[in-house]
Amino acid sequence: MTEFHLTYALLLIVVVFATVMTSVAYLTLAERKVSAFVQDRVGPNRVGPWGLLQPLADGLKFFFKEDIIPSHVDKVFYFLAPGVGVATALLAFSIVPFGPTPPPPAPVAITADTPPDVAVREYEQQLADYGSHRPFAIAPGLDIGILFAFALGSLVVYGIILGGWSSNSKYSLLGSLRSSAQIISYEIPLGMSVLGLFLFVGSVNLERIQDYQVHHGWFILYQPLAFLLFLVSVFAECNRLPFDLPEAEQELVGGFHTEYGSMKLGLLLMVDYIHMITTSFFMAILFFGGWHFPGLSGIEGTLGIVIKFLVLGIKVLFFLMLYLLVRWTIPRFKFDQLMALAWQVMLPLAIVNLLFVMVVLEFKMSPWLLTVTSVVTFLAAALIATRERSTIVSRPRLPQPVAA
Amino acid sequence: MATGTKSVRWVEEPKVGLFERMYLPAIAQGLSTTVRHIFKPQVRTEGYPEEEPKLPPNYRGVHRLNRDEQGRVKCVACYMCATACPAHCIDIVAAAAPPEWKDREKYPETFVIDELRCIYCGMCEEACPVDAIELTTLYDLTGLSREQMMFDKEKLLSVFDQTTNAGTDPVRTKTGHYGPAAELPK
Repeated sequence: MTEFHLTYALLLIVVVFATVMTSVAYLTLAERKVSAFVQDRVGPNRVGPWGLLQPLADGLKFFFKEDIIPSHVDKVFYFLAPGVGVATALLAFSIVPFGPTPPPPAPVAITADTPPDVAVREYEQQLADYGSHRPFAIAPGLDIGILFAFALGSLVVYGIILGGWSSNSKYSLLGSLRSSAQIISYEIPLGMSVLGLFLFVGSVNLERIQDYQVHHGWFILYQPLAFLLFLVSVFAECNRLPFDLPEAEQELVGGFHTEYGSMKLGLLLMVDYIHMITTSFFMAILFFGGWHFPGLSGIEGTLGIVIKFLVLGIKVLFFLMLYLLVRWTIPRFKFDQLMALAWQVMLPLAIVNLLFVMVVLEFKMSPWLLTVTSVVTFLAAALIATRERSTIVSRPRLPQPVAA
Repeated sequence: MATGTKSVRWVEEPKVGLFERMYLPAIAQGLSTTVRHIFKPQVRTEGYPEEEPKLPPNYRGVHRLNRDEQGRVKCVACYMCATACPAHCIDIVAAAAPPEWKDREKYPETFVIDELRCIYCGMCEEACPVDAIELTTLYDLTGLSREQMMFDKEKLLSVFDQTTNAGTDPVRTKTGHYGPAAELPK
């Protein structure tokens, strides 16, 4: 058993919670600033220098607003929804190794050379070594790893569905219905796209996946298509544009949170941002080698830890910026397009990609072959999509002039 | 005429080729536009309270009552502005000029303009034969009540002092183009 440091874990939880919440607050500011710059505006600049205290003011506003509970809501679920949303979103962060964390030891195989007692002793030795490190993750070495995050990710939809349904309003219900369909659809390509990585590593533990990339190169090199699918899926999972159908201000007022106000609304809005942070970490760790950067990861000691933190932080910031920028780049999907993309494009692509990974691993071929197959699969998909389609709208026949 | 006849122009959907169907190049193109705006912001917003707007010099803002060289009010209480005013916001009470004022018979005892009623059309300025009333470039005079926004003679004269000191005399009349009655016989 790995040693469990209670005080350290509690301390870590407090620090991580505070950091994530502050990041969420400043993400809202960044969102507003980025959108302002993209649209040639100034953005919030009244509270503090360059509007840096704006999140504080927003938070205070949320807390001090009158907490209106519409009389037509189902009170239990109405109150439950924001809590479920935030709690599950925050829980998913607990498995993220946000700093340099060594991989948990792999089980030692019992062979003729290593009899059971030797193997067990060796494994315990490795476990003790592993336990002597202070891991930078709340739940280090969790064997189900990212599956835990996926499971919680699908629980988040309960927050939205409960919120939408209990509000007893048509806009809310429509928003939450769309959301349930969307999130359930995109869970599948999300999981399928990273199956290839699990086959490579032989584990779903994030630290092991990260460690594999330190020794064999980042997965973006071998699995660019999987990364693309993962990226699109997490955009949909976070309800970010171009997949923000659950909120859809233009059609649904506020979507599933139309009937919410004050801090309950604040919590619901927070869920998306917490998700953005978590998924940015996942993308950095799964596909971009986490804290690994060529030439910078050999440094030992405290300086090394700081550098690794910075490397990971910069990668995460990059993905967060991508989230913010894509919002102002791509228009929203229609609902049929959204479903078509998930089921007709991304799912088949993920399956084909997984098939290639299996073939390459089975016949012990070079992983670089997968880079080629990814590009070929992508181009083939584009080529198939260009085929001629029958148009639904046909030109009506002009009425013939009536003979006099 | 019902739709579906000749009034409807049918447009063919543009053909989408391989390049467009790959989506990624188009997305990259879009992102480059977005990023360009981040690094080269073309913000044209004025930060108003800190940054004063540059108004055109013929802007029609708050009125002022001009003073002549001796510091007296220039107005001769002829009621031309009050008559011309389409909003009826000017209220003048005329009185006989003091005997030492040799150049005129009347002067305004009170001169009140309701700044809330005024539509800032500039007709008073046009009507004034002695160029006594002018619209300045001041735009942000405020008050806490309706009464405060009734500007009396002293207030209007102080606007003259304020704008003259700030060097923001209105361009329309400072060119010296006075009305026909401006040059009174000595």
